[in-house]
Order: sequence, then C-alpha cells, then structure tokens
Amino acid sequence: MAHGPAKGIGRWFFTTNHKDIGTLYLWFSFAMFLMGGFFAMVIRAELFQPGMQIIKPEFFNQMTTMHGLVMVFGAIMPAFVGLANWMIPMQIGAPDMALPRMNNLSFWILPMAFTILTATLFMEGGAPNFGWTFYAPLSTTYAPPTVNYFIFGVHLMGASSIMGSINIIATVLNMRAPGMTLMKMPMFVWTWLITAFLLIAVMPVLAGAVTMMLMDINFGTSFFNAAGGGDPVLFQHVFWFFGHPEVYIIILPAFGVISHIIPAFSRKPLFGYSSMVYATASIAFLSFIVWAHHMFLVGMPIGGELYFMYATMLIAVPTAAKVFNWISTMFRGSLTFETPMLYAVAFVILFTIGGFTGIMLAVAPADIQYHDTYFVVAHFHYVMVAGAIFSSTAAVYYWLPKWTGKMYNETMGKVQFWIGFIGFNVTFFPQHFIGLAGMPRRYSDYALQFSDWNMISSTGAFIYGTAQLLFLYNVITTIRSGKPVSEPKTWDGAEGLEWTLPTPAPYHTFTTPPAVK
Amino acid sequence: MSTEGEYYVPESSKLPLFAAIGLGIIAVGAGSWVQGQSSLTFWVGSFVIAATLYKWFSIVINENMAGMNSDQLKRSYVWGMSWFIFSEVMFFAVFFGSLWYIRALVLPWLGGETTATTSNDLLWSGFEPTWPLMVTPDQAANGESAQFTGPEQNMSFPGWDRILQWLPLWNTVILLSSSVTVHIAHTGLKNNDRKKFNLWLGITVLLGMIFLVLQAEEYIEAYVHMGLTLESGIYGTIFFMMTGFHGAHVTFGTIMLLVQFLRGLKGHFNDKDQFGFEAASWYWHFVDVVWVGLFLFVYILA
Repeated sequence: MAHGPAKGIGRWFFTTNHKDIGTLYLWFSFAMFLMGGFFAMVIRAELFQPGMQIIKPEFFNQMTTMHGLVMVFGAIMPAFVGLANWMIPMQIGAPDMALPRMNNLSFWILPMAFTILTATLFMEGGAPNFGWTFYAPLSTTYAPPTVNYFIFGVHLMGASSIMGSINIIATVLNMRAPGMTLMKMPMFVWTWLITAFLLIAVMPVLAGAVTMMLMDINFGTSFFNAAGGGDPVLFQHVFWFFGHPEVYIIILPAFGVISHIIPAFSRKPLFGYSSMVYATASIAFLSFIVWAHHMFLVGMPIGGELYFMYATMLIAVPTAAKVFNWISTMFRGSLTFETPMLYAVAFVILFTIGGFTGIMLAVAPADIQYHDTYFVVAHFHYVMVAGAIFSSTAAVYYWLPKWTGKMYNETMGKVQFWIGFIGFNVTFFPQHFIGLAGMPRRYSDYALQFSDWNMISSTGAFIYGTAQLLFLYNVITTIRSGKPVSEPKTWDGAEGLEWTLPTPAPYHTFTTPPAVK
Repeated sequence: MSTEGEYYVPESSKLPLFAAIGLGIIAVGAGSWVQGQSSLTFWVGSFVIAATLYKWFSIVINENMAGMNSDQLKRSYVWGMSWFIFSEVMFFAVFFGSLWYIRALVLPWLGGETTATTSNDLLWSGFEPTWPLMVTPDQAANGESAQFTGPEQNMSFPGWDRILQWLPLWNTVILLSSSVTVHIAHTGLKNNDRKKFNLWLGITVLLGMIFLVLQAEEYIEAYVHMGLTLESGIYGTIFFMMTGFHGAHVTFGTIMLLVQFLRGLKGHFNDKDQFGFEAASWYWHFVDVVWVGLFLFVYILA
C-alpha cells in the first residue's frame, strides 16, 4: 500500500483512493450545480416579465429539461456519492472502499455521460426538450434527434450509480470495524446503505424505460403507442416506479447528514437512534408502492387514486418521526449556531414545509387544482434545494476542517448562509401562491396577473445564485488560506470514528481496524 | 464486520479511466448508429472496453492467484456479484411488469372495458382485446391503412399434436438441464475432480450455444414464415424484446462460462477457491430462472 498520493495530474485520473474519488465527485457535482444553476438563471430571467424577452420557447423547454436532468443526476446525486466516498470508510473504521478500482470507474463514467448530454445543446435539433421526466410520446414521437444521445447518456449514469451503490453496500456490510454492529452504525452510513439498495433496485428500471423509448423511436416497437396495443401511460408508470424511489435516493443521505450535525451542535446524542433507522427503512419500503401519485390526472381507476393517495400519506408518519427526533435532539441541548448548524436548522424547517405541501399534493381530489402548476415546482424545490442542497452544503462546512486541516471563515459562512436562505425563500415561497392561482409549470410565458410574484421570484433566484458563488469562494479560500486546525475534534460535540482520526485526515484512513465498544 | 489484520488497497490504476472512455465512446457510437450513421465509433468503443476488461480481469485473477486477496476482499467480490445480479433481476422485472400491465389493463381498456367505452368508440372502434394480440387497435379501426399491424402467427403453445416441433419447449429442456450440468461441474470442482469439472462445464457451454442457435432459428422462422417481427404491434414488441434481452444475457453467460472453462483447462481454481466460476454459475442460474418466467408468461399463458 502506497503511503501517500501519487504525484502529478495522474493522481486524479488513476486514483483508487476513496478521498481522492470523493473529492472528484464533489467538484464534479459543484461544476454541474453551477451549470444547472446557470440554466435556472436563464429560466428565471425569461420569466422575470410576461411575454417573450430573451430566449425562444423551444430553447426555454431545453433549459427546463436540462436544468432538471443536470441538477438531479449531475449535481445532487454525485454530491452525496462524494460525501459517501469521503465519510463511509472514515465512519466505519475502514481503510478505503471495498472495491477501489470500480469506485474510480463509477466516477469517470459521469463526466462522459454529462459531456454527451451537454453536447446535445449544440447539435442539430437542440437538446432534449421534453422535461426531465421525459414523458412519451413527447420523448418518442415528437422528440428531437438528440434523444438518442440522451438515452445512452442515461444508460451511462445508471451504470455509474449501480456500480457506486454495489461498492457502498459491499463496504458497509463487509468493512466495518470489529464491534460495530449494524445498530451501532452512524446514521449517515445507515441512510446510504438503504439509498444504495434503492439505487440498485430502480436504476435498472430507468434503463428499461429509456430502452423502450429507444426501441419505439428507432425500431418500430409499440410500447408507448396505443395504435399497436401499447400505452403512453405505461411510460409514466415505469418512469415513476423509478422516479419516486429516486426522490428518496436524493433525500435519505441528506437525513443522514442532518442526523450528525444536529447532535454535534446540540451537544447531545441523537434522540431516538433506532427509530431513525426504522423510519429510514420504512420510507424506503413505502417509496416503492406510491409512484402513481405523480399521475392522478392521467386517467386512473378511482380505486387506484384512493390507494395511491392513502399510501402516499403513510410516508408522512416515518418522516415526521425523523423531524420530531431532530427537534427532540435540540430540546434542552447546549445549542450553538455555527454555519453547519444554521443549515441544519434551516433544513428541518424548510424540509418540513416541503413535506407538508407534499401531503397537500397527495390528496387526489385537491391535486386536480395543483397538478403541474408552480405549486408543484415550489414543493419539490423546498425538498430538493432546502433538503438536499442545504444539507450537502452543511456537510461540506461541517467536515471541511477534517478533510483539509483548515478552518473556514465563520463570518463568511454565516453571510453565505443568510444570503442563500433569504434568496431561496424569496424565490420559491411566492411560487406556492402563483401555483395555487393556476400558473402552469414549464411555460415560457404567463398571464399578466402572475407578473409581480414572478418578478419577486426571479429576483430571489439571482440572489440565491450569487450565494452559491460565495460558497465557492469560501471553500477555495479555506483550502488555500484557511486557519490551520490540528485537533482531531473540530466541533466539541461531534461524535464518531471520523473524529478520532488526525486532522487533516490521513491519505489512508484506518490501516488497522479500530475497536468499537 | 472485518476481522483484525492488515487491509489491502490496490495501487492506482489506469484501467477504470480506460473503461469509462470506452463506455463513453460506445454511448456516442450507439447514439449515432441508431440514427443511421456509421457504426464504426460503436465498435471502436466496444474494442476499447473489451480490451480493458480483459486486462482488468487478468490482473484481478493474478492478484488472487498470488494470494493477495484476503477473505474480506473475497467477500466483497461475492457481495458485488450478488447485487449485480439483483440489478439484472430488476431490469427484467420492468419488462415482466409491462407485459402484465398491458395484458391485464391496457388491452381491456383499449377494447372499451370498464369506463373506457368512449375512447374505444372514438379511437379504436371494433378492437377486441386478445392475447397474443393478432389484430392491433390500429388495424381494427383503420383496416388497410393501418400503420401498426399485428403478426400473422404467434409463438404460443401450438397444441398437443405439434408440441414436439415447438422450439421453446426444447429450449426450456436445454436450459434447465444446463443448470443441472453446471451444478454437477461445481460439485466436481469441490471434490477436486478436475475431469468431471471440465467435462460438465464443457457440456454446459455447449448447451448454452445450442440454445442460442435454436433461438436464432426461432427468430428466422418468425421473420420469414410467421410474419412475426419487432414491429408486429405489442405482441411482437414484447416477444422480441423479452426473449431478445434474455438471449443477450444467455450470450454473456455462455461467454462467462467459456472463460471459466478455459481457466479450468489452464489449471485455475481449486476445491477451496473458485469464485470466478461460482459467479458465472450464479449468473447462469439467474438466466435460467428468467427463462422459466418467459416460458410461462410469454409462451404459455395466452
């Protein structure tokens, strides 16, 4: 075993080290976050005023599609895989991931996939324009020719996710330090174990969906064509059988991160650890049996609507258990509000708002009004941005001193948080109102009565975008010139094996397994 | 949980990057190939990935034979293969699920059952749901001008009098017995009976190849004599996609077993350490189980 990183640029291309690969994932994710964010800025600039201002409607459709795809598959998922790569070996007392070479392969597939996806913007017919959910027949009969590159790009992303997940499961099940039983595992490891299971279960389903598209487009099959005996609604069933577990794939690791940060800054152990574990598992199970709540208006039998409505509402139970556990952890704790804690508290509040609007959307009769309006946009940005993005940002602030041996500037961190927090809410809170009032999503223009809230929303989006540049600045200045720290525990309330390691963490984490009591 | 002792972490390696580049080239090549452009890029990518995997597997095999693999790493490989097979199960589950959804719900709805009478009247009047679907909704409603037409004949159970000419039955016999032969080979290896291992593994590979030849024959029959193609409405779609993906997996499985056979001839494996062979045989059993599902739901239950 080599004792340190290889010299030169080859270190990053040929590495088998979990920390190097985690770093690659995190930087890749941030690059994609900026690109997807740029697309969002284009969208919000166009929607700043009614009427067509900057771009054409066709390009607007490409922007909404690419924004969704890049953010979900390029920014959020790789961010958590990067955190998993960094933290899982450190948290379970292992030297590295179980299958280090495959680990590097699953990363390097991603730049290939996203180069292909981004290149479609410059091809004849333009980028995919059918929304990130790519419903047939928009994505088959009426799709631009670049849809074929999109399909194979999705195949690559799926291959990457499956390999990454196999690696995580093998690591967690096989590499834990002696004495670390399953019910002593840190929450982040638990949530990732369950997430990896979800990924292996549903990424092949997505592969099946895009394969059916490919065949319908190029080889005359009739999966999604009623004329031949198929059904476009079949696409929606297959897609959402992937898509609903996918949203928990995104949010479960976020739960894990928050379950570390809140106890650390409350200086109390996590309240209800085992109920957290069981809640995570229940959410994962329920995620497989609720998919059609995305399709209430597609023409489903009434019994189906009722079933999917009640099953969906059940998810609120384990999720609420988690929220109450976080609040109980903070209750009578010795709280301080450093940047990671600010993000974690904001997560709990804003994610709960997103969860409540989720229950509103689950009500099938009410969904007739909300469906495909900005209310839905507001709902999933409260869980995707304030859930996934806030928590991964929190994780970076929380573990950055351990990774780099440098402390970030607390004032700058707090400034960045408050600008982002205000920008986020100014962007998305008004979207609840315009959505309830009936503004449909994915349109490049809107009726005049929505003008004021759209202008406010766009202004908020630009503020939120600026906050991300500040985050980039904070991270870079910390790495380059942050105040050196060397004590193993950066935060006095933090618990876990990662805080027993020297700071900065050594290149190979645990060369001999530590004993866990 | 791991036991006390030193871990092994492999040195940095160029292979993952090459594999990723190969996959990227394949994706670009496949995307342009299906649009009618040259297939050259696709084959270049396939060559890169094949060469990389060959090198990768030989390194892994050499590491194992040099005794560098701890029990823990071996367990990781076992987990890796098991979860890979689980992902394959889910891939086939999509197609089985789609088949069920189409037969149980879509076709009755297109035929106007339950509350769908209006759409049947307006769009597909005269359509009768059957399985296998011989007359598509398009044909029923539009007759001669239909774009999507059903097959002339289907592959379902032809009746007891012609059962012996029914290829899927023979394919079932072949594949089920190949699962037994690969198991016999396994017991041979575990008892250090190399002759038995080589013989029965060779027979398994041969059975896999016969299966593929018969399936090719079945496809030729379908295209040339039965008017059953990929474009024959939803029945042709389902039939060729499900049996086709299964056939592709049999091909991969046969190649895997062939590699293990050649490794066996070179003297690899012993009675304690035989994971390469075991992984391939698990895959083979999985392919076999999928076939049983296909035989039941695609060929028999009409």
